[in-house]
Amino acid sequence: MEIIKIKKDHLATGLDALKKSYQLFGPVKKDSCHEFKRLEQDEQPDLNFTNTRLSPKALIYPQSETMFTYSLDENAEDAHILKEAVKTDVPKAVIGIRPCDADAFLLVKRNFDAPDYKDPYWLNAYAKTTLVGLACENPHKTCFCTTSGSGPFSEQGLDILLVDIGDDYLAKVLTDKGAALAKAAGWDTPADSDSATEDIECLKAAAEESISSSVDTDHLKELDTTALHQAPFWEDAAFACINCGTCTYLCPTCWCFDIQDETCGAKGTRMRNWDSCMFPLFTMHGTGHNPRGTKKQRVRQRFMHKLKYYVDKYENGTLCTGCGRCIRACPVNIDIRKICNQMNHYNPDTVEEPAS
Amino acid sequence: MQNPYLPYPVRIDEIITETEDKNLKTFKYVFLNPEDEEKFAYRAGQFAELSIAGKGEIPIGIASSPTEKGFVMFTVNKVGLVSSHLHAMQVGDIMGIRGPMGNSYPWDTLKGKNLVIIGGGFAFTTLRSSIIYLLDPQNRSDYGNIDVIYGARTPGMLLYRDELAEWEARDDINMHITVDGTDDPDWKYLTGFVPTIADQKAPPGDDDTYAIICGPPIMIKFTQPVLDNNAYSHDHIIMSLENRMKCGIGMCGRCNIGREFVCKDGPVFTLAELNKTPKEY
Repeated sequence: MEIIKIKKDHLATGLDALKKSYQLFGPVKKDSCHEFKRLEQDEQPDLNFTNTRLSPKALIYPQSETMFTYSLDENAEDAHILKEAVKTDVPKAVIGIRPCDADAFLLVKRNFDAPDYKDPYWLNAYAKTTLVGLACENPHKTCFCTTSGSGPFSEQGLDILLVDIGDDYLAKVLTDKGAALAKAAGWDTPADSDSATEDIECLKAAAEESISSSVDTDHLKELDTTALHQAPFWEDAAFACINCGTCTYLCPTCWCFDIQDETCGAKGTRMRNWDSCMFPLFTMHGTGHNPRGTKKQRVRQRFMHKLKYYVDKYENGTLCTGCGRCIRACPVNIDIRKICNQMNHYNPDTVEEPAS
Repeated sequence: MQNPYLPYPVRIDEIITETEDKNLKTFKYVFLNPEDEEKFAYRAGQFAELSIAGKGEIPIGIASSPTEKGFVMFTVNKVGLVSSHLHAMQVGDIMGIRGPMGNSYPWDTLKGKNLVIIGGGFAFTTLRSSIIYLLDPQNRSDYGNIDVIYGARTPGMLLYRDELAEWEARDDINMHITVDGTDDPDWKYLTGFVPTIADQKAPPGDDDTYAIICGPPIMIKFTQPVLDNNAYSHDHIIMSLENRMKCGIGMCGRCNIGREFVCKDGPVFTLAELNKTPKEY
């Protein structure tokens, strides 16, 4: 693995060069928040940020995406027959994604890249995207990545990891995709490998040290699913929830979707849209019966999915990278760290019966 | 990469109104591209997404049997947007089918075993598929005794009435057809709710006897204690579930019961398996 040195003023030159062959995306400040957006010809990312308000999941998995097109014109030869929507094949590169968010793509990939079925939309978008991460040197107080299988300098899922060392960035080139991007950008000054590695390790240790919050996940796997599902604390956890869906909207690992047809005149598209387990319609049967008809059932589903079902299904940790967005944005202060710890330490044998 | 969301184009070949309330219609489809019929190789108990451009998709159990060639058949209750539109469609209309989906009844496990098939109302579709499959001369000798207990509210609400009469006349299947009640003086079969008839007619449970149940929740609720009393162990009680679905391939996230997806890991589960999952169906 190669480490290169990029002078800060050379970053912009490189990005401008990349725009010839890549669609570039990066964090840009809008009003009081940073969001990922397409970088226009003369636009540079603003890398002076903690993390974006929305996760960058939409870069791989758009909030609304056309799957098929169709014609309802009875004179058309292919009336009523769905045809695959045309997709562009331009490579994309995301500059400045945080390691936790790159990690999230790997967790979500397990859903879309199953042994028996492959989701072509997600997988094609992921395959043509190069992720240039930016190590987190000043984590937020709601970040808990180090106990969620990720970390402020985590390299998982990244093609390049940038580390800010003052006047320069050190760029760890992690994959062939990353090497191709560095070459296209003209970033080719090798760093002194030993001292660069030492600098990075030193900053990494400091960043990990500065993460002050954590979750316990060591018992989740062994807990009995039905006992945990019936635990009394769900009532309390869901009490304040207003089912607004902000958590699922912001979350880098929430992938649930809906499929809808939209017709305009005789032409139309079948599209998929982000959906949310917080909404009653998500599970409502045609008969009106709803297996998750109460908000307690829906809140429980969200946490059980992330912290128990996913853990059991893939045996590879939780469906959470500790980015802390849901904690920061929840209007009623529901805190996944608290609920995760409650779940992890739940013992049905020591639960007190409610006073009658 | 095969796109699992792309339906096969099909033409409606025949429409049969099944019930006196006209709310249940059977649709027979032929594939526009004959090679798609081969790709749609299925087992009894699986389902598919019926797809109508401009309306959407609905997950429906396959009512035809893999032993029937040249068409696939679905019986659809008129409930929501897509099924209401489908009920207004005509023979010759073009739409789509995506699938087959789900796991099917466990035909390999059931080989050499006695079966009691218990169905109620319009949940008889994949049971019809199963019975046709079992009675096929190629398959019948692979299985033991077959008892079928099938009930509807009234005689006019029974599905596939001609076939029920044919099966009734055979000696290699024991039919117990019942209605909740009727004032038809010519009604020559049973009267009574499915759980009551199951108590009287189901063979006693043992290692070599399996029950397959498919019906409305109220029927299942009262049939299960009957099977318990008749010594059926929970891994010998096989049930087919329904939940709201979109993708049908375990990706969109809504039909799960615990970590299992009804669309991909089900829709068929044993009661022993269901006892270990949250009851979110």
